[in-house]
Parts: sequence; C-alpha cells; structure tokens
Amino acid sequence: MAEVKLLGFWASPFSDRVIWALKLKGVNYEYVEEDPHNKTQLLLQHNPVHKKVPVLIHGGKSIPESSIILEYIEETWPQNPLLPQDAYQRAMARFWIKFGEEKMATICAVFRTAGVEQEKAIQEATKLLKIIEEQGLGDKMFFGGDGIGLGDIAFGWLAYLYEVVEKVSAVKVLDADTFPQLHAWIQNLKEVPVVKENLPDHQKLVGHLKRRRETHLALLNCHN
Amino acid sequence: MAEENKVKLHGVWASPYVKRVEIALKIKGIPYEFAEEDLVNKSQLLLQYNPVHKKVPVLIHNGKPICESLVILEYIDETWKNGPLLLPQDPYKRAKVHFWTSFVEKELLENVHLVVRSEGGEQEKAIKVVFEKLKLLEEGLKDLFQGETHHIDGENMGILDIVLCSLFGAHKAQEEVLGVKFIDPEKFPLLSSWVTAFIEAAVVKELGPPHEKLVAVYQFLRQKTLQASAA
Repeated sequence: MAEVKLLGFWASPFSDRVIWALKLKGVNYEYVEEDPHNKTQLLLQHNPVHKKVPVLIHGGKSIPESSIILEYIEETWPQNPLLPQDAYQRAMARFWIKFGEEKMATICAVFRTAGVEQEKAIQEATKLLKIIEEQGLGDKMFFGGDGIGLGDIAFGWLAYLYEVVEKVSAVKVLDADTFPQLHAWIQNLKEVPVVKENLPDHQKLVGHLKRRRETHLALLNCHN
Repeated sequence: MAEENKVKLHGVWASPYVKRVEIALKIKGIPYEFAEEDLVNKSQLLLQYNPVHKKVPVLIHNGKPICESLVILEYIDETWKNGPLLLPQDPYKRAKVHFWTSFVEKELLENVHLVVRSEGGEQEKAIKVVFEKLKLLEEGLKDLFQGETHHIDGENMGILDIVLCSLFGAHKAQEEVLGVKFIDPEKFPLLSSWVTAFIEAAVVKELGPPHEKLVAVYQFLRQKTLQASAA
C-alpha cells in the first residue's frame, strides 16, 4: 500500500481531525511534527499555496486543508464509513461541517477580545452554539447519528479545545445548563477510544493558549 | 412529475450562487421549477427551508430542503448519477478540485466582493490582493490541467468551472463598472482562455443574465457602497 504521511502540529485541531479519521479507518501513517514558526521544506513543497498544516501525503501526492483531507480519507478507505450512504444525509453532514468551519473564528472570538468586545463575543458565540446544538445535533447522540462521523470529527474542537479557550480567556460559554445536548455529546465523544487516546496534553495546551492569549491582549492594549 | 421526485429551486435571478445550481441542473438535464424569492421580504417558506442562514439558493427534492450552493452541487452529483459528472471519480483529482474551488470561494470571491464594496485605499488594497490570488490560481491551473487540454462545452462543466463562472462570468460587467481588468489574457493566459470558454458554453449563455443586466447589478452595488460612505 502506498505510504501515508501526515504533516501536523500538536496543538492544531485541524491536525487532530485527520489523526482521528486515519485511526478510525485503521490506516497506518507516519506523523511529522511541524513548527509553524519554522516551516520545513517538506511543508512548503506540499502546500505551496497556504503553507499550513495539516497536509496528507499519500503515495507522494499532497492533499492540504483538513476538510478536504477528511473527504479524501473517506473516499480512499471505505471501511468504517464516516459519512452516511444516503445523499440527503450526506448533504446535511456537509452543511454542518461547513457551518462549523465558517463560524469557528466567531465562536472563538472570546479568545482574541477583552472587555466590552469580549462580552459581545460571548453573546455571538452563545447564539451560534445554540444553533449547532438545536439544529445540527438535535436529539442525536453524535452528529453522525448513532456513531461518530465526519461531523463529529469536524466539531471535535468544541469537545476539548474550547474548554481551554474558555479557561485562558476567563469566560464560560459552553456550560452544561445552557447546552445540555452539546455537553452530553462532549462526554460521548471523549469516550470514543480513538478520540480518548488522541487528544493533545491538556496542560500543554493550556500553556500554549495562555501564551497566545497574552499576545492578543498585548496587541489590544497597543491599540488603546 | 410525481410529487416525490419534484425538484424546486428557490432563488433570485441576480444571485451567482443560485446560478451555480441552475447550471448544474441544466448540465444534468434535471427538470426543475424556479421560485423567485424576494430577499427584502423573505417568504415564510424560505425561512422554514433555511432557518439557519435564511438565504438562497435552496433546492427542494423529495420535499426536503438542501442549502448552501456547494453542498447542493455535491448532492446533485451524487443523486443524479447519469449524465456528466460534476466532480471526478478519482479521490485525488476530487481533492484537487475541492482545493481550488475552496480557493476561489474563500480567497478570490470575498476579495472581489470587497473591491465592489469599498473605495479609496481599502479598494486599492483589495484589488492588489485579487491580483495576487489570481496569480496563484494561474499557477495552480498549470498543475490542475497538467498538459491535458481542459475543454469546456455545455456538456462537461464541473464544480470548479461552475464556481469560477459564477464569479468571473460577469468579468466584462465588472470591468465596465469597476474599471479594473481582472481577467487579463496577458497576465493570466490560462485563466482567461478558460473564462472565455465557459462564457461561450451553451448552458451559460442560455441562463444569462445578459451583460446589460449584470452591469446594472454591479452599478447598483457600487452606488450602494458610495452612498453608504457619503452618509
């Protein structure tokens, strides 16, 4: 079988998604840790347009952009399907994956803001999370239905990254009382063995995001 | 047509996103009913079918709504398998098409919109960004087409052709109103010949809208921008 290589970054949720998908499909791969401040020739060669991780290299062919990689993995390794068979259900899954991607920056804006701006960011995030919970997840156990699917993988950052974002930003948005279904989903997702065994180290992530938060705050103070 | 198989498209004539879906339906030879929406006074039906975004296009098939133009295009491709394919079968080729479609959608389209909706220094900056992105796209096309001549006719437009067409199909109108020539054959020979080819495609010509109407749309958007800043 052609060699599979993943260029990633330990703190990147986009990287983690690809790891989960590869592991759920039982695909063997070599992982290459990239330093975003010191990009390798390999990365620049395989993602010349965006110069970002993750990049999947399969038999020498490069596939950048996590959502594109996820679909590629689904099509190339059909075992343990992560998308429904039915075209309409697939469209629904893709709709929510797109929604999550488009709104991720807004939901995480609490991280880049302070004071009144942060208050506004909390309100915006709450609104969007409510839409995701009520219309995306609904009564389902997973976005994918009874089992984990690409939707859960794409929203996975909500399950482990967001609590770190909240912690370092000193806010609480995704609380259990306001979002009971999302909270149940988070617990269920974290119990999936592939997810449980492939989460970045919590303390390390806190330290990493704390430093980035300080940078954002410094920038905000510069403009005052 | 049986109610279950009925295809209805909710849209507005001026929307390039709606146009994408119409092109796809025509290429596949799928009969459909078009429902013109009033975006200022959105219908209850639209709000019911697209509660999240409240936008067009919305495709209704078998009574079920599908929203977001790119999601709709993939749905059409997966549901009506006879007729030309909108995406290649091979996963790697598909990934490349997805990559450049995403590039056009996120990097080009938004910046072209910014050119329409800004002025002065901000507009100059946006124009510069568009040219940078077009350069990257031109480079990307060399890799994407890889020596194979990319023929476009009414028969074989794919998702990337459709999305690019929805942006630069109106390039002459954009030039006329904005005074900027994005599709410059000297700077971007591959891209220019590609754009020319899909503008000439029967399905695109048939769907229009005609040049004068496009000019009017861009003039309207431009006036709105200038009025807003004068206020």
